[in-house]
Amino acid sequence: MTDHWQTLGEEGIQFMGKMSASISHELKNVLAIINENAGLLNDFCLMAERGMEIDPERLARISGNIAKQVKRGDQILKNMNRFAHSTDHPLSTVDLHATLAMVVKLATRFAANRVVTLTTTPTNKPLLITSRPFLLANLLWRCLDRSMNFVGTEKKITLSAVTKGEQTLIIFNGLSDQPIEEPAIFPSQQDSDLLTILQCTLTTASAVGELTLTLPQTTGN
Amino acid sequence: MRILLVDDEQELVSTLAERLSMRGIDADWACSGEEALEKAGRQNYDLAVLDVKMPRISGLEVKAEMEMIQPELRYIFMTGHGSANDFYSGSSDAKTVGYLIKPVNIDILIGKIKEALSG
Repeated sequence: MTDHWQTLGEEGIQFMGKMSASISHELKNVLAIINENAGLLNDFCLMAERGMEIDPERLARISGNIAKQVKRGDQILKNMNRFAHSTDHPLSTVDLHATLAMVVKLATRFAANRVVTLTTTPTNKPLLITSRPFLLANLLWRCLDRSMNFVGTEKKITLSAVTKGEQTLIIFNGLSDQPIEEPAIFPSQQDSDLLTILQCTLTTASAVGELTLTLPQTTGN
Repeated sequence: MRILLVDDEQELVSTLAERLSMRGIDADWACSGEEALEKAGRQNYDLAVLDVKMPRISGLEVKAEMEMIQPELRYIFMTGHGSANDFYSGSSDAKTVGYLIKPVNIDILIGKIKEALSG
């Protein structure tokens, strides 16, 4: 294993750990809300046993709350499953729109903690490239993490993927006009290694608050 | 006794407050550190139950601010994390009487509240 891959291996484990911790934290909140609503239903059952009248609409609202959290938990797990499967094949065809959506969902809690809103440009058509899914997600996260520290006044970052000739661009829009690049911090050695392996280039345009990743249609072995 | 529940998950704190009220504990709630501090500035509480991780102001920061507003207030922290690191890194003082992992068992929470307020 070269130093290059060793750095990325360590970075990858940290990335996986960070995302797993965030997902488990989110699921704990889902379970906590279900737990309280189930407890409240039980409280009402005990009250009914003692002859107290229970409002059916109140019970319906509790049931609705539980259903809402089950749906939320299901969405979190679906995204986690997609993320876990990004390690299945080192090199495969990926839909960039789906990858952006996955990374944005993974980053939502981190964004909320920084009071930043994340969105992707809506699209119906897949944008397929051949790349390394896990490393690509890792690079997108690192760029997003850095971007969130440089968010503009609207506190909203929009990610979009577009094709331009033979190249594919991923654009992070909504950044402040402050220079995002800083020697030794960004792009770091890990960022540079990811850019090299994915054959990407990173450019920033502070004047328009954008960070752009340029990817090839196919990443080589 | 009057307690303040603080967590950015509104459905969690509002439901927990309702269940505590059913058990004779006067429970108020807030969905952010800012809202909690605003409420603490308007009325007195005996104890605050704080989520450790919240957007903008963390539970530990809320506690530090609240100590200046209501010096006698006691605290219980709750978190989704499985580790006690957050708690022991900044809250192992006499005013902090408990640390609970979500989902919280209401009987354990009530036990901690009573223990804190009887001491």
